[in-house]
Amino acid sequence: MSVNVLYFASLREAAGCDSEIVETPESLAALYASLRAKRGFALEADRLRVAVDGVFVDWNSAVRDGAEIAFIPPVSGG
Amino acid sequence: MKRFSLSDASFDIAPLRARLLDERAGAYAGFEGWVRNVNEGRPVLALTYEAYAVLAETEGEKILDEACSRFAILDAACVHRVGQLALGDLAVWVGVSAGHRDAAFAACRWIIDEVKSRVPIWKREHYADGDAGWLHPDPLS
Repeated sequence: MSVNVLYFASLREAAGCDSEIVETPESLAALYASLRAKRGFALEADRLRVAVDGVFVDWNSAVRDGAEIAFIPPVSGG
Repeated sequence: MKRFSLSDASFDIAPLRARLLDERAGAYAGFEGWVRNVNEGRPVLALTYEAYAVLAETEGEKILDEACSRFAILDAACVHRVGQLALGDLAVWVGVSAGHRDAAFAACRWIIDEVKSRVPIWKREHYADGDAGWLHPDPLS
């Protein structure tokens, strides 16, 4: 199963790309943990929200093949 | 008509305010957020805002819809900049029309606070010492 992961702000900077297609583990938490290990993200998962296909979801939500997943670092608009 | 939008260029607030004009309104409250030259004691030269546009627009719209049901207001709107901004530039605008000023002020304040805490927009500050960084504030701070 593969998903498209979008990166923003410091995650984009650390990843060095806007997005990547990855083979994903079964859960969103496991996916972030593996990307964090690979990319060296400083932010821990408990500081992030997660969105699937442009909608905020719970970390326990199921992952489906082909989904667009964004890990949302703490926001700083305004 | 959409109430929330992102803008990748500077914008004029006069037409935005004009869209809120309503004969039932006795009050209008507006808020403008500007780019400041310092953050936590560090001199700032410029800012970049980045958004997850699709989600920012739906979340922004949700905030304005919520404001219309929580407060006794007639309408509300918000525009947030993305891209490169210079000192003094308008970063965000909120406008609210209402029958009376109490609700207009309260809703305007609530909207900007919710936008700052919920909408996926990030600020990168460019400092006078040449450093730059994304701000990811702790929600408790």
